[in-house]
Amino acid sequence: MRRATLITLQVNGRKHEVAVQPNAVLLHTLRDLGYTDVKNGCEIGECGACAVLLNGQPVNSCMVLTVQADGATITTNAGLGTIDKPHVIQEAFADTGAVQCGFCTSGMVIATVALLDQNPDPTEAEIREALSGNLCRCTGYGQIISAVQLAAERLSDLASSPASSLREDASSRSEEGRESDPEDRILLADEQMEGGERS
Amino acid sequence: MKNIVPKPLPEVHLPPLRQVGQPLRRVDALGKAVGATVYAADFTMPNMLHAKVFRSPVPSARIIVLDVSKARDLAGVACVMTSEDVHGAKLNTDLPGQTGHDARAGSDAPVLASDIVRYVGEPIALVAAESLEIAEAALRLIDLQLEELPGVFDPIEAMKPGAPILFAPNNVVAEYKIRKGDLDAGMAEADVIVDNTFKMPFVEHAYLEPDAGVAWVDEQSVINIRVCTQVIEHFRSIARALNVPQNRIRIRGTMVGGGFGSKEDITVEIFLAFLTRETGRPVKLVYTREEAFAATSKRHPFTITHRTGVKKDGRITACQIKMVADSGAYPYLTPYVLLYATGMAAGPYKIDNLHVDSVAAATNQTFTSAFRGFGGPQAALGYEQQMDEIAKELELDPLAVRRINYMKTGDTTGTGQEIKSAAWLEETATRALAALGERTPSTPMRRIGRGMASTFQSYGRIMWFHDTSRAWVGMEQDGSVVIRCGVPDIGAGQSNSLCQIAAEILGVSLDQVTIYATDSAVTPLAGTSTATRQLYMSGNAVSQAANEVRKNLIGLAASEFGVGPEKVDLAFSYAYVVDDVAEGGSSELEAVLESDNCRSMNISEVVRKCAARGLSLSHLAQFNAPFTDGLDPETGQGDIWPDFTFGAQAVEVAVDVETGEIELLKSAACHDVGRAINPAAVQGQICGGSHQGLGYAMMEDFELQEGIIKTPSLAEYLIPTVLDFPSTEVIILESGTGVGPFGAKGIGEPALTPAAPAVANAVADALGVRIAQIPLTPKRVLGAVGKARTERHQP
Repeated sequence: MRRATLITLQVNGRKHEVAVQPNAVLLHTLRDLGYTDVKNGCEIGECGACAVLLNGQPVNSCMVLTVQADGATITTNAGLGTIDKPHVIQEAFADTGAVQCGFCTSGMVIATVALLDQNPDPTEAEIREALSGNLCRCTGYGQIISAVQLAAERLSDLASSPASSLREDASSRSEEGRESDPEDRILLADEQMEGGERS
Repeated sequence: MKNIVPKPLPEVHLPPLRQVGQPLRRVDALGKAVGATVYAADFTMPNMLHAKVFRSPVPSARIIVLDVSKARDLAGVACVMTSEDVHGAKLNTDLPGQTGHDARAGSDAPVLASDIVRYVGEPIALVAAESLEIAEAALRLIDLQLEELPGVFDPIEAMKPGAPILFAPNNVVAEYKIRKGDLDAGMAEADVIVDNTFKMPFVEHAYLEPDAGVAWVDEQSVINIRVCTQVIEHFRSIARALNVPQNRIRIRGTMVGGGFGSKEDITVEIFLAFLTRETGRPVKLVYTREEAFAATSKRHPFTITHRTGVKKDGRITACQIKMVADSGAYPYLTPYVLLYATGMAAGPYKIDNLHVDSVAAATNQTFTSAFRGFGGPQAALGYEQQMDEIAKELELDPLAVRRINYMKTGDTTGTGQEIKSAAWLEETATRALAALGERTPSTPMRRIGRGMASTFQSYGRIMWFHDTSRAWVGMEQDGSVVIRCGVPDIGAGQSNSLCQIAAEILGVSLDQVTIYATDSAVTPLAGTSTATRQLYMSGNAVSQAANEVRKNLIGLAASEFGVGPEKVDLAFSYAYVVDDVAEGGSSELEAVLESDNCRSMNISEVVRKCAARGLSLSHLAQFNAPFTDGLDPETGQGDIWPDFTFGAQAVEVAVDVETGEIELLKSAACHDVGRAINPAAVQGQICGGSHQGLGYAMMEDFELQEGIIKTPSLAEYLIPTVLDFPSTEVIILESGTGVGPFGAKGIGEPALTPAAPAVANAVADALGVRIAQIPLTPKRVLGAVGKARTERHQP
């Protein structure tokens, strides 16, 4: 047997210590830990259903060895919001009819977070570019693009309102509950920064 | 096709509704959006085993040695099963007697191959082990020795004398004919006769969720199977294969991560049933993407020949169609797919003199079965490309040729079935074309082309299947509503539509309705999520059940108010006297009902009073589709389907004559959906169906070479990404004439059908020459460009 390595992961604000084989893939590790919103669609980086934020950057978790993520902060779609307290982006997907079978949705939401974090007011072409690594077989993408546009609109409304409820949601869900980045980062800014230097 | 003016619509009076017709957030949407919805592969059980399937590496061979003893001996392996261990069980996907093809007896796919393998990926053995890694290691210890046999890889070759035989006597697994009118007389009447042949490839469904399931045996010895499926009623076939009573198999469907027809056939569930019974332990089986490609069905390749007699004005006097379909290695649903293609072969046109001959033959390739459209899209690629070729031959506008031949309500289809609902062909075609707007100018290197397609597609199953659906609707004491219905939700919003229908009838908001679905043991059986039938069938069942409950609520409220029941309505969770309320907008009505200005009673109070009087607050309804006998076997005449959806798509393309690449510039689709229960969901069906059809036309080709899969994963088999095509503009028309609830027609399959022929026609328009085979790859486009040049240079 190969030797397992003990690593730490912080996923959706929860710390995990796990022993993993050197060839273990992050997608499987996350799913084994119960993060089943991370979907396995192809295991070769073609479909984007397994996308997560790794230290704030979107990655296909099937293309990352778990040991590479030692010490990293990971956010999956389920870490962004819940049915009772959905994230603005998640709610926009539900509201626009962007969700059909739902199997691509978690990856799509993650790609959207990464896009709007960098570019709060994207053009349609920029949205298409940002989602180009995520396959959807149901929608023809039309309503997904509408969802991203609606999310951008709602986030900009929130940002211009004095007390951003979104930031409050995000910081209350993060483990330390620290104040969010004052820059226009749209979510879990503290989680993204933490561990960034260690990867 | 210039200055297209949308044909005015006939006057339609649709009653105003509060829940139905609204683009409400689907009841399943938020759970999926936040990643809370649990799919089949997400479940685990205590003490669970992991399964793998051992498959044939070659397309045609005799099994000489199959030795699984080393695999069985591996530590951590719980069991290895071969054909012997499943007692030669077969998949009874083809219900005997339904198409009258006794000749096919014996061609059902075995659960595990015993002596002959007929395609790459055919299952030979099953392994269940303590971990996936051990199961995979066990596969490598199976000793398989094969004697390779000659294979056949083309259905026309397969029918020739001397071809390798998959199924005696001649590999034919289904054939039909239509004989309507007098073909010879019709051809004699024609001014011009147009002949063309069109070809279509194998296509992969490429649903995002690979097939998966978990099974266990419960304390009543019932085998429970949690699986992503379009058909929970497969519990019967599984019971037959296991030789157990049908009430000892329970299928608990999950939310399905896309099916498009592929999860209509049995996939993992039969293996899970055998393994859990054998081991007495929970077992999980999840296909890899590559396995899902190799082990599940594909869309049928077709070769379709049209010979059409036309007058100079474009009127069709006679039409002769020949269809050859590739069934792959086993029939599965091929006989029915071929019947669909045959029944819709001539398109939505009034053709009095028609012959159709269709045949499907087996080959040593991945088997073909249901795929959204079920033969309809292939038929449409035949008749709609032929319409444009007729127009070209006669130098007429393609729309003009269609217009003169479009069927109308009261006309008959190729099988002589009368169209009873609205047939808005010109209405949909002109709107799709008009939506394209100004034509983009061509340049010598970048040729612009426009194309359209008018299509019809059935919804509801073949009527001699005696289709039924059941639904239970009940009120809780707080006025909330429960639906129990065995509908598998494959992502198209099947469950949600039922909720909106019940909410409408019972006067509550959508969030007051909860649905329990897709469990063969505890939800009333609702039939398959196939054939664009669930809104029609289960929608009507829910409507019936909810109306029965409504009767009691209204009756009680009427007696309390001292008025007749016709004076009482339900809205915003109130029963109220309609005369007390002035006509007004929704928000005003809600405020009035809550005020003291009218006689109203909260629905929870109505429910409590009903309960106190012993009035029933729930109802189980069964909806029956019309039942008919089969077609006349000699003439192919008779009624096949309950109704049809009519629609059209128009596209504009730019073809780069140097690279052969096609860029889709604009796409618009218009369908008469009867009544849109949820317009946002309808838009999603049409936009998504269109995208699949556009991929079919331009890029998708599940390629096999001598039976070996050349596109084994999503890296080789390309489906449209968000960058490939602009989104299709969706135009929804509502004639209110469908046989579904509130006059709805089905849209799931019809959405796909016109896209591919519209593209093929646009490319032919751009190049001046037709490419007879899809997908329209750069290589084929360049070939056509060369051909067009040669033709121009000839005198």
